[in-house]
Amino acid sequence: MVASSTPQPLLRMEGITKSYGSVQVLHGVELSVGRGEVLGLLGENGAGKSTLLNILNGVIQRDTGSIVIDGSPVEFTGPKQAQEAGLAFIHQELSVLPYLSVAENVFLNRLPRRKGAPWLVDWAACYRQAGEILERLAVKIHPRTLVGSLGTAEQELVEIAKALSMNARIITMDEPTASLTESEIERLFTLMRALKADGVSVIYVSHRLDEVAEICDRATILRDGKIVNTVDAQTTDSHALATMMVGRELSELFPKTEHERGRETLRVSNLSTVKVDDVSFTAHAGEVLGIAGLVGSGRTELVRAVFGADPITSGEVFVNGEAVTLDSPGTAIRHGIGLVPEDRKLQGAVLSMTNAHNITLAGLSKVSRWGQLDRGGEKQAAKRLIQDLQVTPSRIEQETGRLSGGNQQKVVLAKWLFAGSDILIVDEPTRGVDVGARAAIHGLLNDLAGQGTTIIMISSDLPEVMGMSDRILVMHEGRIAGELPRKDFSEEAIVMYASGLEPTTEGAKA
Amino acid sequence: MSSTAQMDRPVDADAPKRRWAGLNIRAENLASGVVLVGLVIVLSVVSPAFLSFSNFLDIARVVAITGVIAAGMTLVIITAGIDLSVGSTVGLVGAVTASLVAGSASNSPFVTDFKLPVSLAVLVGLAVGSAIGFLNGLIITKTRIEPFMATLGTMIFVRGLVYLFTGGYPIHFDPMPHDFAFIGQGAVLGIPTPVWLFAIVVAALWWASRRMSVGRAIYAIGGNPEAARLSGLKVDRTKIFVYTLLGFLAGLAGIILTSRLASADTVNGQGYELIAISGVVIGGTSLGGGRGSVIGSLIGVFTVGVIQNALNLFGASTQVQYVVTGLVLLLAISLDGIARLRRRT
Ligand SMILES: Nc1ncnc2c1ncn2[C@@H]1O[C@H](COP(=O)(O)OP(=O)(O)OP(=O)(O)O)[C@@H](O)[C@H]1O
Ligand SMILES: [Mg+2]
Repeated sequence: MVASSTPQPLLRMEGITKSYGSVQVLHGVELSVGRGEVLGLLGENGAGKSTLLNILNGVIQRDTGSIVIDGSPVEFTGPKQAQEAGLAFIHQELSVLPYLSVAENVFLNRLPRRKGAPWLVDWAACYRQAGEILERLAVKIHPRTLVGSLGTAEQELVEIAKALSMNARIITMDEPTASLTESEIERLFTLMRALKADGVSVIYVSHRLDEVAEICDRATILRDGKIVNTVDAQTTDSHALATMMVGRELSELFPKTEHERGRETLRVSNLSTVKVDDVSFTAHAGEVLGIAGLVGSGRTELVRAVFGADPITSGEVFVNGEAVTLDSPGTAIRHGIGLVPEDRKLQGAVLSMTNAHNITLAGLSKVSRWGQLDRGGEKQAAKRLIQDLQVTPSRIEQETGRLSGGNQQKVVLAKWLFAGSDILIVDEPTRGVDVGARAAIHGLLNDLAGQGTTIIMISSDLPEVMGMSDRILVMHEGRIAGELPRKDFSEEAIVMYASGLEPTTEGAKA
Repeated sequence: MSSTAQMDRPVDADAPKRRWAGLNIRAENLASGVVLVGLVIVLSVVSPAFLSFSNFLDIARVVAITGVIAAGMTLVIITAGIDLSVGSTVGLVGAVTASLVAGSASNSPFVTDFKLPVSLAVLVGLAVGSAIGFLNGLIITKTRIEPFMATLGTMIFVRGLVYLFTGGYPIHFDPMPHDFAFIGQGAVLGIPTPVWLFAIVVAALWWASRRMSVGRAIYAIGGNPEAARLSGLKVDRTKIFVYTLLGFLAGLAGIILTSRLASADTVNGQGYELIAISGVVIGGTSLGGGRGSVIGSLIGVFTVGVIQNALNLFGASTQVQYVVTGLVLLLAISLDGIARLRRRT
C-alpha cells in the first residue's frame, strides 16, 4: 500500500456497496483521490469499475457507504447534482446525441448566453469555445458537424471535449482511450498533465495497462467488487498489475502462431465510398490482415462497405475469385463474410435480448429448420462460446444489456464466431476487454486463422495489430498509404504511413 | 437461478422466475396477471352475477374480437411499430365480406346480386385485410414515415373507403347463411367459435414469436434495428410481414364481428385500435419495442374485457366506460414509460 499523495484527499469513497437483485456487485469499496492526482482504476470485465463511477457521478444510487468531497459528505440524487458539485464524467459507452452538432453536445444544458439577453443562446461564442476545446485536443472536427455523422472514435473525442469544457474539479474517465489511436491518446495525456498541474483530479479506467505507468500516480485494483490493492503506478509494472487484477498468473499476450498462407479469398479492387478513395487489396485463407490508421482514416468505412453495410460508389469485390454484389449485410453473410462492428451498443448487441439469443442472431439458420428453432442446440452453442470467451456472469439467459461493457463485447464476438464466417472482419475486437479475456480472444482468432479462416482486423492498439497480423495495411485519409509484411513491422513505420508520410528507411530497422 | 431454466425470453436477473402451465411468465406479465386475478376475485365478491360460466363466456366472446387484433398488434409493437388502421380494416373487411355473402342486402350500389360461397367471401375479406396491412408495411419501410403517422393516414383512408362502399347504409342479411352465422354466433363443444379462433390465433402467434426464427427477428428488430441489420436479418421484409399479418387478423376480426352483429355498419370497428393497443400495453409489451409477449397481451385484453364487463354489470354508461378504460390505458403506458426510463441507466 502507498500512502495517499496528499494529506487530505479531495475525494474519498468509503464502504460503497451495491447489489442488483440478489447479486452483490460492490462489497464495501474504499477509494481516495488527492488533489491533482490521476488515479488508475483497474479490474477485469465485470469487476465493478463502471458501477463505482456511476455511483460517484450520481447516475445510479449506492446501497450503503459514503462519498466525501473536500471534507464534506455529498449525496447526489442525479447526474446533474454531481455536475454542479464539480464532477465531470466520460461514460464508457457513448452518450452523445447524434442529431445535435458537436458544439451543442459539448455545451449541452449550459449553452453560452448572450450578454444582456440571457434567454438567447450566443451561438457565435458557442461555436468558438467548442472550437477552442477541440483545438486543444488537436481534433480536426468542425464544431457545426452533426455528431451522428462522425465515427465512434471521433464521437469519443467529442465526449472527452465535453468533460474537459466543464471546468470540473474531478473528472472520471471510463475507458476514454478504448477506441483511440496512439496520437489521440498522446494528446489526451498531454491535456491530462495540464489538468493535473491545475489541481484537477482524475479517475482513469483503462484496460491498456501500459498507459497506467505513463499517466497515473497511483492505481487502485478492483476484483469481483472488492478492492485488492492500491499501488504506486510508477513503480509497478503492467505484468504485476494484471496478476493482481485476475488473481493468477497470465498467459502470454498475442500468441502469434505462423500459418500457411492459403489461396486468395477476398479481392477488393478500386473500391470507393463517400469516405474511402480507390482502395485495392487482397486477403488470403489462414491470414490475419491488420488494418491500421488514425481515427477517421476510413478503416471502418472500408470494411463496412466490404460487408455491404454502406453503399459502394465504385469498385468491385471478389470472394473466392467470384465478383459479388454486396448490397446488404445479409448478402455478405451468405458469401461467408462476417463483421464485428466497432460500436457494440449501437451496432453490435441487441441489449434487450439474452446472451444466447444474441449469440445465434447472425446464424439463425444453423439452429433452425423450416423456421423452427432448435433451442437445445442453441443453448449448447451459446454455453460453449460463453465459456470460450470467459463471459461473466456466464448465464446464457442473462439479458445482454445487464452485462459490463467488456462482457457485452465478448457476446458480440461470440455471435460472429457462431456464424462461422470464412472471412471474419473484426473492428476493434478487444475494445474494452480485459487482459485475460483479450489473450483468449487473440488465441481464438489465431485458431480460426489456423483452420483457414481469413481474419481482417482493425485495431487502434498498435501492439495488438503488430502482434496479431501477418500483414498490415495502413490507411490515411481514405486511401491505403502503405502495406507492411510482418518482417517489416515497426511502430515507427505504421505511424509514418498513418500520418501520410513515407517511412524514412525501410521500417525493418526495429 | 439455474442455468438450465427456460431461455425463450429475456429474463430480468432480479425478477423471480415462475413456471405456470409450462410457460415462463415474466415479471411484467406476472404483474398484469395478478391484477387480472385480483379484479376477478373482487368482482366475484361484489357481484354474484359476475361469477357465472355464462358471464365468463360472454367476456371471452367480446374479448375474442379485439383479442385477435391485439395478438397481431403485439408483434407490430415489438418491432417498435404501431398500427392505428386496424379498426378501419375491421369495418372495410366486414362490409366487403358481407356484401359477397348470399342474403346480404343494402341500399349501397356496391352491394349487388353478385354473391360468392361463404368460404370464398371470407377469403376475399381476409385478402383485403392483408392487403391493407401490406400497404402499411410498404409505406413504413420504404418511405421511413413513422408508423404512427403512416397508419393514421391509412386509418382515415380506409374508413373513407368504408363510407364509400356502404354509401352510409348498413348491410343486412335476409337471411344470413348458416355457415356465415357459425363464425360469429356458433359454438363448438359449448365454446363460442370466436373464442376458438382467438385461442388458435394466440397459440400460433405465441409459437411463431418464441419458437421460430421469424419471431427472433421480430424481437431483434425492435430491440436494435441496426444490430439486426448487421446480423443479416431482413429488417424491411420482417416488418412488412408483421403488418400484413396484423391486417389479416384485423380482417378476421371484422368477419367475426359482422357475423356476430348480423350486419356490417359504417362505424364497425371504430376505436378497436385503442382497445387492442391498451390490451397489449397492459399486458407488459413495451411501446419502445424489443420486449413483450403474446401471452401478456392475452392477459391484457382480458383485463380490459373484465373491467368493461363489470362496468356493464353495474350499469355504467358508455361515457363512464370510456373514462375508465382510458385511465387504465394511461396507467399502463405510464408504467411502461417509467420502466423504460429506469432501464436506460
Ligand atoms: N443493470 C444491471 N443489472 C444486473 N447486473 C448488472 C447491471 N449492471 C451491471 N451489472 C453487473 O455488475 C457487475 C459489474 O459491472 P460493471 O459494468 O461495473 O463492470 P466493469 O468493471 O465496468 O467492467 P468492464 O471492464 O467490462 O467495463 C457485472 O457483473 C455486471 O454484470
Ligand atoms: Mg465498465
